[in-house]
Amino acid sequence: MTGEIILQTKNLGKQYKHRWAVHHLDLEVYRGDVFGFLGPNGAGKSTTIRMLLSLVRPTEGEVFLFGKSLEREREKALESIGGIVEKPDFYGYLSAHRNLEIVGALNGGATRKRIEEVLSLVGLSTRARDKVKTFSHGMKQRLGIAQSLLADPEFVILDEPTSGLDPQGMKEIRELIRHLASDQNKTVMLSSHLLNEVEMVANRMAVISRGELVTQGEVASLLEKGEKSVALRARPREKVRSVLSAHRGIDKVVETGEEFLVTMPFEGIPELARALVREQVDIEALVPRRSLEEYFLSITESDGASDKAKS
Amino acid sequence: MLRLIYYELLKTFLKKRTYIGFALVAVIVPLAEVAMKLEGGRFLQFSLRTLQQDFLFVGNLFNGWFVAHSMMNALWVQIPLLITFVAGDQLAGEATAGTYRLILVRPVSRTRIFLSKFFTTAIYTIVFVGFLGVLSVGLALTLLGRGDLVVMQRGILILSESDVAWRFLVAYFLAAWAMLTIASLAFLFSSFVENAIGPIIGTMGINIVFLLITVIPVDLFKDIKPYLFSNYMNVWQQVFEDPIPWDSIGNSVAILGAYSIGFVFIAWLIFRRKDILS
Repeated sequence: MTGEIILQTKNLGKQYKHRWAVHHLDLEVYRGDVFGFLGPNGAGKSTTIRMLLSLVRPTEGEVFLFGKSLEREREKALESIGGIVEKPDFYGYLSAHRNLEIVGALNGGATRKRIEEVLSLVGLSTRARDKVKTFSHGMKQRLGIAQSLLADPEFVILDEPTSGLDPQGMKEIRELIRHLASDQNKTVMLSSHLLNEVEMVANRMAVISRGELVTQGEVASLLEKGEKSVALRARPREKVRSVLSAHRGIDKVVETGEEFLVTMPFEGIPELARALVREQVDIEALVPRRSLEEYFLSITESDGASDKAKS
Repeated sequence: MLRLIYYELLKTFLKKRTYIGFALVAVIVPLAEVAMKLEGGRFLQFSLRTLQQDFLFVGNLFNGWFVAHSMMNALWVQIPLLITFVAGDQLAGEATAGTYRLILVRPVSRTRIFLSKFFTTAIYTIVFVGFLGVLSVGLALTLLGRGDLVVMQRGILILSESDVAWRFLVAYFLAAWAMLTIASLAFLFSSFVENAIGPIIGTMGINIVFLLITVIPVDLFKDIKPYLFSNYMNVWQQVFEDPIPWDSIGNSVAILGAYSIGFVFIAWLIFRRKDILS
């Protein structure tokens, strides 16, 4: 996908004492993207987002937002950006409405109508006058999204927006992100270590590990690069091992609990199933796996899980 | 800018800790002044007893002006602590609460945010000293009435009743100016820590050490004193001299102002490049 580049980082890096939290990072986010920014905890996602939102000064490199340098034209570059960084914190002794008024003042002022609109969008209309200190984590998270949308930005950066939420809360945030992208034409960048979350909403993504970019591109094409594996649950296990060791076209077998994780091309699945049946193996499940999570784990795990068996 | 200051004031004055200082003053001042009224001026009589052998004092010298002046003398060392509760929290409080992440990602320069916070600190300081002045003088005059003011600073000076009110007004302006230096110091400390306790302890520590150096009559400290802001903190007392040493007051005002500007300037240098990691 190509188009207008909304966000570009060039050789971006941040060094704390002798440790590089982020190093040589080149990101590109295009208009209309829902861009997933993936990495395990401590990979440098939040440091990167802090640099994108001018909370932290880069040690090296530069950030361009809408073609404007964040270093040289900070105010102009941030004009059309909204964002939350890590967990959203507010003035707990003030109401949700008052908090948004304060945020709005820093964006040139927000009308009461606009504040009510964004509170309604995140489902907090009825709690608008309540003090934020009485809010649950999920409500604060939603208020965080409301404040990021207050100035009607073109580009919204959300750092771990589903962090700490229950499954229902996570689903609501995912739906909200889809709504922002499809109905409000906003470009969204969201960071997460929950890979299936990103897979469900993002069209493009970048993966970061130990502060360095591992890969970036369209989610669909990156998925194709991943190893294809099959999760097999079958008995008796001795017979399964025997079949798998004799079967051609299998790259690797890893036993995980009750499952065998078999790395192989998907085209070979019917033949494997027939071979198992011939040997009178009872198949309980035979599930192809090609998720982003598998791919993510394969490229970010340092040592990787040791193969328990290559039959 | 006015909008930013308005919301900073709102944040400050809707916070409970802002009223700790006001509440303490509202308790201490009436308590002390009522106690002085009940004592019936024994302190004043003790101070004047040798003079009364040679001079005749006519009228009520133990009056509201005398008590208000005594209160000012008693409190000007303690008031800085109450100022730092708020001044030290202005920047560090945002770090503690994590709200830097809310306000510093906006298309407003850090300098404007910084200035709005400093102006809010200055307004709080002036309002607080003003509150102290109105309560202290107003209550003292209500309880003990008016009269000539006996000032015991360098000897004993009696100022005529008609010559006192404006001196109090100027004295409180000068006291607010001096407190602004303390507030600026707390603001400086507030810019590089992430907890308001640090600025409070740091400011009070420096204030106490400087005050000790200022008041201890040792030759070793003689050359240092002119460079310490604490040497000029009691500038308001000079308004109760006769004639008033305006040159000396102007000099003190300029030095305290220079200190304030210096503290705020350093705080700005730190704040504008500060990495927000909280």
